[in-house]
Amino acid sequence: MAKIILDRLVEHFVAGEIVETGSQHGNEWARVAPANWRAVAQFLRDDPVTALNMFIDLTCVDRLGRTPRFDVVMHLYSVDKKHRVRLLAAVSEEDPHIDSLVALWPGANWFEREAFDLYGVRFVGHPDLRRILMYPEFVGHPLRKDFPKEGRQPLLRRLPGSVD
Amino acid sequence: MPFSVYTSKLAQAVNWARKFSLFEYPFVTACCGMEFMATWAPKYDIARFGAELPRFSPRQADLLIVVGTITERQGPVLRRIYDQMCEPKWVIAYGVCASTGGFYQNYSAMPGADQVIPVDVYIPGCPPRPEQMLDALVMLQERIQKGEGHSQVVLRAERGYVAPDVAIRAEGDVKEGRGR
Repeated sequence: MAKIILDRLVEHFVAGEIVETGSQHGNEWARVAPANWRAVAQFLRDDPVTALNMFIDLTCVDRLGRTPRFDVVMHLYSVDKKHRVRLLAAVSEEDPHIDSLVALWPGANWFEREAFDLYGVRFVGHPDLRRILMYPEFVGHPLRKDFPKEGRQPLLRRLPGSVD
Repeated sequence: MPFSVYTSKLAQAVNWARKFSLFEYPFVTACCGMEFMATWAPKYDIARFGAELPRFSPRQADLLIVVGTITERQGPVLRRIYDQMCEPKWVIAYGVCASTGGFYQNYSAMPGADQVIPVDVYIPGCPPRPEQMLDALVMLQERIQKGEGHSQVVLRAERGYVAPDVAIRAEGDVKEGRGR
């Protein structure tokens, strides 16, 4: 059923915006060129055939060792058509950035802040890109695979005799 | 007997009163809270031990119960709450996360509330059963009676505060007009 979305994407974007598409167990996904991230999302939202009007999730995956290193992953759902799709975009380690989608879905705000906080991916155009889970003094992005497991950064001086 | 004399010291009487009128501040952050709530419920009924009144302002409480995982980000909050409580004050760490960090060994979880505040009684368990809370409360009451709570020791040692060593007399004593 949701094949409609992928067909529609491939039909509309013919200049290499869609890198790859696939389907597994009835779940469709499309890998998008990062420069077209926002354009593809806007098309899927506004096109009457796809009508993916509901933002479900946005996160990031650290594929350490692969180049480019990160994948930004987004899930969209259509309330009317009752179908969904997963979009991926690869982001480089040297300058991890991608367009913000807050202008399309205000609900993306905190998801993008979380991905920025934990993975260090910058969302260009985000209105308020601050850390959301960790404290401002925290250094580093703790969900990156190369972040040390014991990377605690206490805010308070420990009491004498405490064992870490 | 013409009169009877109570030879209890004032400090002992005060500590006796303290241990049966604990006002709790439950600092509940995680799943341990579900078991902890049962301690108040009729089946276990913490009121039997004189600690039934939770105070949701630290300024009115003298027993801080840390229930659940403490993150590094919560450290300053927990410390401030402890500092706001009136002395003498006591702390119970409820569950392994509050005691040692539990199974968390990562960037966000603090390895035990005792990293930032002094803890008097630790309760193991994930989560502990309500009976363990009651057991810990009785254990704490014994320490309060002996004046061994951390805050009591600090008050005595660092600030030179010594509870007045005064005998309490029964009324018969006064009637007879005889001193001890």
